[in-house]
Amino acid sequence: MAVQLDAPLAPQRRSFATAFLRGALVPLLAILTALLVGAIIIWFSAPADRGTRFEVVVAAYRGLFLGAFGGRQAIANTLVEATPYILAGLAVAVAFKCGLFNIGAEGQLFLGALAAATVGASQLGLPAIIHLPLALLAGALAGGIWAAIPGYLRARTGAHEVITTIMLNYIAFRLLDYLVTGPLKDPGASALRTPFVASAAQLPRFIGPLEDPGLTGGQTYRPLIVTADPEWNLRLHLGFAIAILAVWGIWWLLNRTTTGFEIRTVGANPEAARYAGMSITKNFVVAMALSGALAGLAGSGQVLGVEHNVKSLFSSGYGFDSIAIALLAKSNPIAIIPAAVFWGALNNGRGLMQAQTGISIELIRIVQALTIMFVAADQIVRWIYRIRRPIGDQVVFSRGWGK
Amino acid sequence: MQNTISQPQLQAGANVPRGVSRARIVGIIGVVVAALLISAVVLRVDATKFSTLNIPQPGAPPNQPLARIPLPTVATVIVLQGLLGLVGLYIALRQRMQWITLYVSTMIGLAFFTILLWAVAGSSVDLVDVLARVVRLATPITLGALAGLICERSGVVNIAIEGTMLFGACIGFIVAMVSGSTTLGVLAAMLTGSLVSALHAVLSVNFKVDQIISGTVINLLAVGVTGYLRGSFIIGYEQRNGADITAQALPVLRIPGLSQIPVLGPIFFSHQPITYIMLILVFAINLLLFRTVWGLRTRAIGEHPKAADTVGIQVNRMRFWNVVASGLISGLAGAWFSLESTFRFDDVMTNGRGFIALAAMIFGKWTPLGAFGGALLFSSADALQIKIQGFNFGLPRQFLQMLPYLVTLVVLAGIIGRARPPAAVGQPYEKG
Amino acid sequence: MQQQPTLEVREITKRFPGVLANDHISFTLMQGEIHAFLGENGAGKSTLMNILYGLYAPDEGEILINGQPVTIRNSADAIARGIGMVHQEFALVDTLTVAENIMLGTEITSGPLVDERRANERIAQLSQEYGLQVPPDALVQDLPVGVQQRVEILKALYRNAEMLILDEPTAVLTPQEAEDLFRVMRSLVERGKSIIFISHKLKEVLRIADRITVLRRGKVVGSANPRESTEQTLASMMVGRDVVLTVDKDAAQPGQAVLEVRDLVVLDDRHQVAVDGVSLDVRAGEVLGIAGVQGNGQTELVEAINGLRPVINGMVCIVGQNTSTAAPRAINELGVAYIPEDRKGTGLVLAYPIADNLVLSTYYRSPFAKGMRILANTIEEQARKLVKEFDIRTPSIWTSAGALSGGNQQKIIVAREFSRQIKLLVASQPTRGIDVGSIEFIHRSIIEQRDEGVAVLLVSAELDEVLALSDRIAVMYKGRILAVLPRAEASRDRLGLLMAGITEEPTHGRPA
Repeated sequence: MAVQLDAPLAPQRRSFATAFLRGALVPLLAILTALLVGAIIIWFSAPADRGTRFEVVVAAYRGLFLGAFGGRQAIANTLVEATPYILAGLAVAVAFKCGLFNIGAEGQLFLGALAAATVGASQLGLPAIIHLPLALLAGALAGGIWAAIPGYLRARTGAHEVITTIMLNYIAFRLLDYLVTGPLKDPGASALRTPFVASAAQLPRFIGPLEDPGLTGGQTYRPLIVTADPEWNLRLHLGFAIAILAVWGIWWLLNRTTTGFEIRTVGANPEAARYAGMSITKNFVVAMALSGALAGLAGSGQVLGVEHNVKSLFSSGYGFDSIAIALLAKSNPIAIIPAAVFWGALNNGRGLMQAQTGISIELIRIVQALTIMFVAADQIVRWIYRIRRPIGDQVVFSRGWGK
Repeated sequence: MQNTISQPQLQAGANVPRGVSRARIVGIIGVVVAALLISAVVLRVDATKFSTLNIPQPGAPPNQPLARIPLPTVATVIVLQGLLGLVGLYIALRQRMQWITLYVSTMIGLAFFTILLWAVAGSSVDLVDVLARVVRLATPITLGALAGLICERSGVVNIAIEGTMLFGACIGFIVAMVSGSTTLGVLAAMLTGSLVSALHAVLSVNFKVDQIISGTVINLLAVGVTGYLRGSFIIGYEQRNGADITAQALPVLRIPGLSQIPVLGPIFFSHQPITYIMLILVFAINLLLFRTVWGLRTRAIGEHPKAADTVGIQVNRMRFWNVVASGLISGLAGAWFSLESTFRFDDVMTNGRGFIALAAMIFGKWTPLGAFGGALLFSSADALQIKIQGFNFGLPRQFLQMLPYLVTLVVLAGIIGRARPPAAVGQPYEKG
Repeated sequence: MQQQPTLEVREITKRFPGVLANDHISFTLMQGEIHAFLGENGAGKSTLMNILYGLYAPDEGEILINGQPVTIRNSADAIARGIGMVHQEFALVDTLTVAENIMLGTEITSGPLVDERRANERIAQLSQEYGLQVPPDALVQDLPVGVQQRVEILKALYRNAEMLILDEPTAVLTPQEAEDLFRVMRSLVERGKSIIFISHKLKEVLRIADRITVLRRGKVVGSANPRESTEQTLASMMVGRDVVLTVDKDAAQPGQAVLEVRDLVVLDDRHQVAVDGVSLDVRAGEVLGIAGVQGNGQTELVEAINGLRPVINGMVCIVGQNTSTAAPRAINELGVAYIPEDRKGTGLVLAYPIADNLVLSTYYRSPFAKGMRILANTIEEQARKLVKEFDIRTPSIWTSAGALSGGNQQKIIVAREFSRQIKLLVASQPTRGIDVGSIEFIHRSIIEQRDEGVAVLLVSAELDEVLALSDRIAVMYKGRILAVLPRAEASRDRLGLLMAGITEEPTHGRPA
């Protein structure tokens, strides 16, 4: 698997376009290959009453595209879908950079969401400028602490993070279930969910009408620009801007700071890092905490910007999708954005695809799974398209289970 | 000029204890756990209460047990946990590294027993039933651990056990449901397992994809594909043909004679087929691994593939087929979920057992018997939480459900420093 | 015995991307002879042997065994044709027993099971025949290196090898163990076996070989008869010019002790005592060389001094400060430079560009960083300066370190460590596996540092390197310093005995 060991500390004199093409070629081919295989599946499962098989394939992908990008609403929804993926994908990517495989983004995301919801729903009487950051911080902190545990265990006892993060996922799900159905349940609601967050703690939409308070917990979730025009009733919220900001922040941290240099060095060659005086324990904990904080932020964004409360459920799929996005972006923070948007587009466009062709939306899950396979096992794509592998672009995760 | 260092210093150096802090930490944890459990029981349980353990007579009605053992709850807990605490103190003070694995297992086992006593204070529980359940629930974990062990002994990390099981459970269920034959379903699950494992083998052995990544890809595929199959096929089929589905879960086979032995009979000889196969496989793979040519070569390619290569063993071919073979076992474990423990397929029904299996494998130091021991430890957490949910017990059910995962986490963090995996595990082998 | 060629190699050529590893090599191996191949690292010896053993396919040329042309596709083919090979790094599975290792791949079975009893009998019989004593039931990891090597030879004999290829067999042996090996080699050829002996040690080759072929840059540059050759003639053939086997240097002007080690005890990765009560001083302006066969605790000693391995007992003092529990960075900041023995594994991040590798231990402080911000321009300037100053041959400072030759990689480390003010240099195997030009450059740099008053601790498995650079020489054996000798009193023979654990005062009984 190729985790690009990004730009050197000092700026390298190479044209941006070449660098981009070089990095993006294999992921793009992987997506293409997955879509081709998807087309074959559609070909064989095409309903008889929708024209020729070829027409169905074209109509399906046309529907997928229009559902994702056909119009202002569709694009806004795609970006809303992409927002948690950007942050969660970034979370996995940061851990990758340190040579750690955070499979537990999902648990961290859930706990982050729960913490944000708890702080967000508290009647603190604070202004939005304080209450909202506080809620976001709570989410990041919860995710960060939860993820720091496997980082520490890996460094000090050698317990592999792939198993410990999964175990912590299961524990987090049970904890969430207990809290949402018990102590943190909205006493006034019949559904098993936490109370709605205060309006001072919401991530406002950029533009739209005032929400009907009757649909919420009594709060008014006011967008930044209020308009009555239904054409401009967009779900896109401030969380998207925060996600973009986080991408820039992580890129800067990784490539322009000593902390980032240490994280990347520990990821590239932990022994050399140790010999150069870096602390492996510290960097494992920092990288995992950072990763968990980003995952927690992803969960907070969903709660404060979209859901406005947390329900008891066991799987959202974010954890696994975030791995896919990090792999697709080859852990490059900037590339996380297009990768997450692609993912969001698939999720957002599949409804129209089904409506227009009768192809099950579950097909998209298979296309996504195939994309992951072709990206992760990029040797296959390189083999199909005869592309050489550049020197030294691999990070190794399989270090066995012990120290 | 001769600066020979004198002899006494050699002696001083030679007696250095190893892993100083680990023994101390484990010992102290033991003391703390004992203290916590004792105080919890003393505070929460009426000192006059008894926890009664029933030992049933096989074949007889439950109200005529072989024995009823009433234990004074508080006193028993104080004695057991007190002893455990004292041993912990000794380990911490004298730093007995070699006792750690045994101590941790005993500590966990006794903690479970204490919780059981606590839960049934003032009531009674069928102890044999609890133990039989432990063996039954150990089945998928042991099978998964055996599959993982075959792969890792060959030098391939297989974190895809979870996904392989899920694939096996799903396809096995579909085949059983459609064909009406559960046996056919089990065979289909095994075949599916080996095919999925073959994908892992192709990716990691032939294409040299990082083995952790390859395994993760399969786990992701498993969730996606089985979810798709359930949503687009299983549910619909069940609705359309509900009455016509004749297949059902594998039957309990009581082994004549042996199952009538008190205590041992119900624990070991009154199970469903996959559990028996699991018990046989533990010993069979132990024999295969340590006594046969295949075992010798497998251990060699996982430890030093180059050495094996230079004497003419085809490392990658052998790794490939070993990984494929391990898939038969993972698939069988999958069948346990959908065809033995119930007759149903649910989304992600394996619930992390594949990962717990890897923890059992590590706990057992990559030996089949050890892995079985580890699996029993984890399954007893499972059995306990299921069993005591029926009792009115202070802890919320979610915390009891956390138990297997928590134990896995603790055991991994505590034991792993002592375990030495096969040296070449995780590294693709390339000639030259 | 009438000699006849058992192996003939004609015009073998092997190309790797960018390298002509073997260039039309021809030679013959007679039955019952020891034929030595001499050459520097990278001269093509290993490639040639790997071709003979079927690990590489030659691009051109042919191989004849007993006059018949053969194709050797893999090691199984080689074994079937009576070729056995003992690699420099043993191909033994540590966790298996001696018997299991020997029969691996050609197991003796009874039914489906491995028959250990019969295997042991067969091994005992072979041991007897060639005078190679091994314990069949012992785990390989518990055996000393010399015995492990015997297991390797037995492995080949068990497979009925007629020709044995021994690749640098003495590199890991004490001089005395090497003597043992030579005795075994003699007894093998007396029983009609033939041996290809690969080495870059002139003395050994002159002693044991019946015939010598010298390789340089993939070509045969000549053959020699050991009775008519000297070290000098062989050496110049090997490197293509007259080599300087010594380094020009003035007498040391030692000052105060910079490094003081007292009764140091350190464990290895398997938690066994590796450094067992070592005491030594290194003074400013001198080179203290540590001689010893690899694996006698040198690695652990050096790592403990640099804070990379916990000190179990005793203490380490650097410039008067107790650093026994100090972190690697704190030690580095006291002015300690460290050239680790494994440049690829621990000295460099191969995927990083040269510029980043040059600041691997200094990236966090002025002038390369301000607060947590990294100053890319000073790093770039530094890289350009050091690449020129240390003659690092690279297309660009952005080239990844992994793309450079071993010598240039080592120069990156040396440049990085010498680019700041240092008081102590710990150099572990500083020239292992690199070209002669780089060796000379690095040797000169080390002596320059010494002359500027730096205390140097040199650890090397190459006795010649220790002799050439050191002002005092300590010999390490089984985790202990057996003696510290002034350079003038350190003769090769005396060091050899000490390296084998034989002190001149046998008052403590015989060392194990």
